[in-house]
Amino acid sequence: MERHANPRNLVVCVRGFAKMEKKPEATRDGFGKGIVEAGKNKDVVVLDADLAESTRSIKFQEKYPERFFDMGIAEMDMVGTAAGLAASGKIPFACSFAVFATGRAYGAMRLAAISELNVKIVGSHAGVGTGEDGATHQSIDDISLARTLPGMTVIQPCDSLETEKAVLALVRHKGPAYLRTTRSKLPILTKDSEDFVIGKGKVMNEGKDITIIATGALVHIAMDAAEELKKENISARVINIHTIKPIDQSIVLKAAKETKGIVTAEDHNVIGGLGSAVAEVLAENYPAPIKRLGIEDQFGQSGKPDELYQKYGLTKEEIIKASKAITGGARK
Amino acid sequence: MNQTINKLKEIALNVRKDILISTCRANSGHPGGSLSATDIMVCLYFSKMRHNSKKPNDPNRDRFVLSKGHAAPALYSCLARSGYFPIKELETLRQLGSRLQGHPERTKLPGVEASTGPLGQGLSFANGVALAGKIDGGDYKVYCMIGDGESQEGMIWEAAMTSGHYKLDNLCVILDHNRLQIDGNVKDVKNIEPVKDKFSAFNFNVIEIDGHNYKEILEALEEADKVKGKPTIIIANTIKGKGVKIMENKVEWHGKACKSEELGGLCEGVC
Repeated sequence: MERHANPRNLVVCVRGFAKMEKKPEATRDGFGKGIVEAGKNKDVVVLDADLAESTRSIKFQEKYPERFFDMGIAEMDMVGTAAGLAASGKIPFACSFAVFATGRAYGAMRLAAISELNVKIVGSHAGVGTGEDGATHQSIDDISLARTLPGMTVIQPCDSLETEKAVLALVRHKGPAYLRTTRSKLPILTKDSEDFVIGKGKVMNEGKDITIIATGALVHIAMDAAEELKKENISARVINIHTIKPIDQSIVLKAAKETKGIVTAEDHNVIGGLGSAVAEVLAENYPAPIKRLGIEDQFGQSGKPDELYQKYGLTKEEIIKASKAITGGARK
Repeated sequence: MNQTINKLKEIALNVRKDILISTCRANSGHPGGSLSATDIMVCLYFSKMRHNSKKPNDPNRDRFVLSKGHAAPALYSCLARSGYFPIKELETLRQLGSRLQGHPERTKLPGVEASTGPLGQGLSFANGVALAGKIDGGDYKVYCMIGDGESQEGMIWEAAMTSGHYKLDNLCVILDHNRLQIDGNVKDVKNIEPVKDKFSAFNFNVIEIDGHNYKEILEALEEADKVKGKPTIIIANTIKGKGVKIMENKVEWHGKACKSEELGGLCEGVC
């Protein structure tokens, strides 16, 4: 077992990239903090489908019980109800596991999008990183489902701090959105001082040979890969795409022009997620070498998150291998 | 009351003609379920509901959610005749660029509260509107019309559980119980009976009426206002295609428009 494959172990391995003043936290914890802060706006209401503790919407429930609605285990009803609340001037956040918040509620999500309603859907426990619950609970298709809906904004932050800011940005944002959070703890990579702007990617590490575009937990692994590549004299740019839709075309195209190619990395099916979004931008505007790393069109299985990341190739080693395949090895 | 009823019946005649004309022009659409719902919708829009076409976004307005969105022709006629848009525009139904989409869209047309059509979803939406009313202490009422075939959707029962659980007494559901769906009789396709008992079991106040009897409709809507602590459902027994003799109780008129050459005769015969 390669120790650094585990995002949790990144606490150890990203030294040098992030100051460790802040304790590692799951992005769902960032949601919990952000939604409590967002609650100062009296229009914000929260719905959950019997997973308030897991999604961290419980934090809002504790503070604002009169604006929290447990909808029971009925995700489609939850999102449909959220649409009615939104039509009445509320800003509803409807929370469940990512696999249920999107897949089980898809019809209601689609109708909310048609209706251009201000419904925010929050899916926690995204990807195979969900671990032991197995394939049924590991959403590898949620970004794809959300991304294909016209008008839907899709966001996956890379750390808890960024998630807090994303929640507040979503309160200000008008229109339907999907926020994807994860279960495993991650170090804090972003800074207090940074603004969160929906639709703007972030260069986390400057580089000129290859670009690694990642989202969520994979941003951390990408940073780790960049550190290793540096030792081999390969300069890797790392871009954090927290907004998968609308994707930041300019940051992608700039990277395609300034480096030899792009490796994308995500805990999601390579079909329909970040890799697809980046490939679409490149194919139509500036064809460039690209390798999509992610779940290779298969379902996951039970296991520990780090074992699963190893099993499905969501590792620093795979990113390094893909990067070298594009750059042709070390820079002369 | 009789005077009111006579006035409402006259409006209903025009609504029924509008349904025939607009679907005929579109050469598609759903006359059967629009006609079964007409009398109830006329009572709501022209007697019961507090609404003003000049102020379609008034926060205090009563809301009507047509969960069985395919009955859009009836809704559009009621909205046009309430002044939300010109009556002439009804003839653009389902045509390219029209605000009158095949199924209602709230972003397209003033007065449409909810985008509906994919069955089963309107009741959840109506619950959300009713919950918002509770949070804000609003005194508006939310009406939601569902179909009997539609009640085969699981989401209706998820939503019904929500209405009951949150004691949404500012919500009144109306079941347009016309007993027919595309594949045949509801009881043969997949029986929803005993539907009265089902809604009782979901903590609703249940009223059963003849959905074409104006006195019964108006009285049921009044009763719904008086019941506190639980939502009300009015089970309205109706006739699919009501008021157009060749269409009554005929499943083939669920989703078929009449031909242009039939239109004049059918409009004349509307009752």
